[in-house]
Amino acid sequence: MAVELEFERPIIELRKKITELKEFTKNADVDLSSEIQKLEGRLAKLEEDIYENIKPWDRVQIARHPERPTTLDYISFLFENFFECHGDRTFADDEAIVGGIAKFKGLPVTVIGHQRGKDTKENIRRNFGMPHPEGYRKALRLMKQADKFRRPIICFIDTKGAYPGKAAEERGQSEAIARNLFEMAGLHVPVICIVIGEGGSGGALALGVGNRIYMLENSTYSVISPEGAAAILWKDAAHAKTAAETMKITAPDLKGLGVIDEIIPEIKGGAHKDVKKQAEEIEKILTASLKELLHLSEEELIADRYNRFRTIGEYGLINDLLSVN
Amino acid sequence: MALKDLFTKNQVKKKKYATIPTEAAKNDVPEGIMTKCPSCKKIMYTKELSKNVKVCLHCEHHFPMNSKERIASFIDEGSFQELNENMISGNPLQFPGYLEKLEADRQKTSLNEAVITGIGTVGGHKIVTAIMDSTFRMGSMGSVVGEKITLAIEKADELSVPFIIFTASGGARMQEGALSLMQMAKTSVALKKFSNHGGLIISIMTHPTTGGVSASFASLGDFNFAEPGALIGFAGRRVIEQSIREKLPEDFQTAEFLLKHGQLDAIISRLDLVEKITDILDIHQPRGEITWQ
Repeated sequence: MAVELEFERPIIELRKKITELKEFTKNADVDLSSEIQKLEGRLAKLEEDIYENIKPWDRVQIARHPERPTTLDYISFLFENFFECHGDRTFADDEAIVGGIAKFKGLPVTVIGHQRGKDTKENIRRNFGMPHPEGYRKALRLMKQADKFRRPIICFIDTKGAYPGKAAEERGQSEAIARNLFEMAGLHVPVICIVIGEGGSGGALALGVGNRIYMLENSTYSVISPEGAAAILWKDAAHAKTAAETMKITAPDLKGLGVIDEIIPEIKGGAHKDVKKQAEEIEKILTASLKELLHLSEEELIADRYNRFRTIGEYGLINDLLSVN
Repeated sequence: MALKDLFTKNQVKKKKYATIPTEAAKNDVPEGIMTKCPSCKKIMYTKELSKNVKVCLHCEHHFPMNSKERIASFIDEGSFQELNENMISGNPLQFPGYLEKLEADRQKTSLNEAVITGIGTVGGHKIVTAIMDSTFRMGSMGSVVGEKITLAIEKADELSVPFIIFTASGGARMQEGALSLMQMAKTSVALKKFSNHGGLIISIMTHPTTGGVSASFASLGDFNFAEPGALIGFAGRRVIEQSIREKLPEDFQTAEFLLKHGQLDAIISRLDLVEKITDILDIHQPRGEITWQ
């Protein structure tokens, strides 16, 4: 059964009513077609109203939808001959991150992404898409390999965050994330990052130092989950809905702040309604982006990435403040 | 009553800080004339403690040090030139109450932000340094902290001198949302550029170094050091305990724990810091021809 989201309920109920009426006219000998038509008109308007005015908290729900397409779902639609590579060569294979080589419309590329599970069993295996240090080190190993063979790198970001565990700390979660930020800055190939679900803090950013950063329309990217922010700032996780708005975690908000470059439109109601169509939207922007970046030299790519992040932030000087007062 | 007295006596012992305030102390020395060590519980003169770079005279417990005390204890006297001291945070998310909190901390600490950056010498060697201060917004990293550190790294690059950072931070500045997260990337890409040019990076982690700061520049030194007993880690202890449902060892996420797990080059006592860092700067040879004799 499909999972319904709270904000979609009016649409679903109206749709049910129309279906019921249609059934009724079929069985009984009455003509309700004008009523049905009216209701369908109302449905279209309702859909427009709800999906055009989607609230940050609704987007959080869509981003967390259990059927939301994952990295591997998009890989199967976007790439040919994906060959998955395992392990960090040091400790283990962290299945919360997948990566490998493939072709994108004939172009050799390296693809890396966080990977959630589709059911409980897979989620346990993949630790709910929350990586340990070895996951980030596997990702870095594959990026260095891509750098050696001049393959563009495409990263899919989809994690609640790096796993907060004892073993993760012992093996250097901080260092693993920091190392990725540092080394991604020096890659000589185009790096394109796409946030497809939740982009949770440093654990997301560790795959996020790219020349271009895109977000699916209903994905989120933030320094902390709305629940976490509510717990810290208001001492109450129940304020998550407010936090989702205040923390500016949606794609339109982040485009405004200059954190991301473009928003990839989603089909009505979210990517899970039609994965193939959603993949086509991603394909369009990937194609355009790769065409643009492949014109740049190695040095230009590094400088482009440097400038991409160098300019993020907002600040003033104390004198400005004084002159305001 | 006698029995009750026995218990009261024990309770008094539990008190963590005992200060003996006099009238003069109330006015001039806010912390009091005497300070009690939270580790060994012994009492000493605050002045003597300060003279001993805020290291307990009895058990070598390292008291927290603010950025000004750090400059005085680490940088050669009279050599420090501050950079970008006038930079202050805006309110990019229009976060309710953020500007007031910043203003309150500016008043309280007489700092403009949670990091001081500048040029100076250590043992005669010219360096650029960034010193975080946990008394301002818990040393959290927002746009200004990220920008000042990045500008300091770029200054070190321009002057071709080593970059030394003292970290002390609770992590990201929540009120700046994703912009604070991106400061991790900004500082890291700047360090990479500096490193590619042969720049020397020394990170000295002090209590506490957690979250986004530990997961960016704090961990990216050519040498990663820590002060004894400093708390250093990515995720908070309580978060981890909740997620793994077990109690964590006493020394979890301490400098000593990190050293044991291969995350640090060394733990350096504050009493030896200038000497040890000077040694490294002496040994350090900038990229170019190897010269010998």
